[in-house]
Amino acid sequence: MSAIDRLAAARAKGRPTGMDYIDNLFEGFMEMHGDRRFGDDPAVVAGIARLEGMPVTVIALEKGHNTKEKVKRNFGSAHPEGYRKALRQMHLAEKFGRPVICFVDTAGAYCGIAAEERGQGEAIAENLMEMMTLRVPVVSIFIGEGGSGGALALAVADEVWMLENAVYSVISPEGCASILWKDPGKVKEAAECLKLTAEDLKTLGVVERVVPEYDGDLQKICGELRADLVETLRKNRRVDPAELAARRYARFRRIGAD
Amino acid sequence: MLRKDLFRRPKNEPEDYGRYTAKAHPDIPGEMCVLCPSCKEILFTGVLEDNRYVCPKCGHHFRMNARQRIDMIADEGTFEERDGAMHSKNRIGFPHYEEKLKQARLSSREREGVVCGTAKIGGYDCALFVMDSGFMMGSMGTVVGEKITRLFEYATQNSLPVVGFIVSGGARMQEGILSLMQMAKTSGAVKLHSDAGNLFVAVLTDPTTGGVTASFGMEADVILAEPNALIGFAGPRVIEQTIRQKLPAGFQRAEFLLEKGFVDSLSERSGQKEQITQLLSLHAKGDLT
Ligand SMILES: [Zn+2]
Repeated sequence: MSAIDRLAAARAKGRPTGMDYIDNLFEGFMEMHGDRRFGDDPAVVAGIARLEGMPVTVIALEKGHNTKEKVKRNFGSAHPEGYRKALRQMHLAEKFGRPVICFVDTAGAYCGIAAEERGQGEAIAENLMEMMTLRVPVVSIFIGEGGSGGALALAVADEVWMLENAVYSVISPEGCASILWKDPGKVKEAAECLKLTAEDLKTLGVVERVVPEYDGDLQKICGELRADLVETLRKNRRVDPAELAARRYARFRRIGAD
Repeated sequence: MLRKDLFRRPKNEPEDYGRYTAKAHPDIPGEMCVLCPSCKEILFTGVLEDNRYVCPKCGHHFRMNARQRIDMIADEGTFEERDGAMHSKNRIGFPHYEEKLKQARLSSREREGVVCGTAKIGGYDCALFVMDSGFMMGSMGTVVGEKITRLFEYATQNSLPVVGFIVSGGARMQEGILSLMQMAKTSGAVKLHSDAGNLFVAVLTDPTTGGVTASFGMEADVILAEPNALIGFAGPRVIEQTIRQKLPAGFQRAEFLLEKGFVDSLSERSGQKEQITQLLSLHAKGDLT
């Protein structure tokens, strides 16, 4: 499958969103709203649940399915308070020793007046810094679109996994074509050049695992994800917290170091 | 009348760049004029240079290159460059990236978009990094990320404060995801430097946007900003396209960020060195009497 086809699949109508994974992977999800600073951003869903009995903190960028949901969720593009809500839940996870699981699906952090006024850049930066030294295991799973800094703000993790048709990029192919090449028609070429598919990113050492989609069979995908998550989180829970953070830094430290 | 490299006085011209120079430089008169984009006053370059590239009439801060900034801020003869030889390669095979890099090297006379090193400022030792808008708009690729990361690690090992002059259009698209990863990498280095009790002062200059704002640009203990500098996550044009309306005057300018609580203080060049020296003095270690 070409990069542009993967991109279309990642954005396709009816593709499972963050809430679908939360419902299918965990038991007893309790949603926690708000950043205790400004408000509650519906583009980010955060809370506590159990994974095979183990309490975990779950955070998802949520796009919504129908028009009404999409509008409510701002199409999965978070404002600063969304990232701050996520960080608050991560700090609570650290306090109570719960692993963190993030689901990423966003075209990017929202670009608007309010987002800038409330410090979109600062909110993302804070997450990058704080996640790097979080003393509990963190796994981020890209389930659809991974748009730039707004995706990375939930992906400073011990391991990053991607569904086989998910994408992750520094800029959308549309943005790349129009900004860099001044030719909006070159989206297909841009998608190729940016190396945004799960397979490419695994080759580049940016993701650890590509998760097969079994032709969209969510039960099958979640069955495999659950087993992998349990194994990885149990393994990482046994690692000394300082060592875990040091390994996370080393994971990012080597990218571009040669 | 306005030469593009008017404000560039390279100190470290690499030996092999001469052969790329297509044509001999035309005769440059001793005094030239520039138009202030803000108040439209015609200014002599000599006057501007003596005034730290600030318009004497209206206070407009012109862009400066990295070497000029280092001259302005570091004590004379104290700057020692680190990792100056690092240069980018086309890691993901992006079309025409090599040519872009070559052009950037020629026009900026730097090997990459940031100059890093150690220096004394007002007598205080520090690690100093200065980004250069003349090199692909100060965009952050793997080399910019790596150089800044190394500088923070060196500063952590040696308990040095870091002073950073920031100018950037954001992540460098031509390095794809690898440039995005530099946001996380540099943030990690800043965090470890911070956790060890060291000071980081950032000076945001025009323009500071995108992935650099959303990483080390907004992670300093003290964030200073030059007057009227554009500072934001999304660029104004992207926002206008998204919301389909014009942005209000002054939006995303340094004064706006100050009002919204994201900048500690404005930093006019006339008092900048004194301001930074004072900060270094207030945070100096082992001198608490
Ligand atoms: Zn003026």
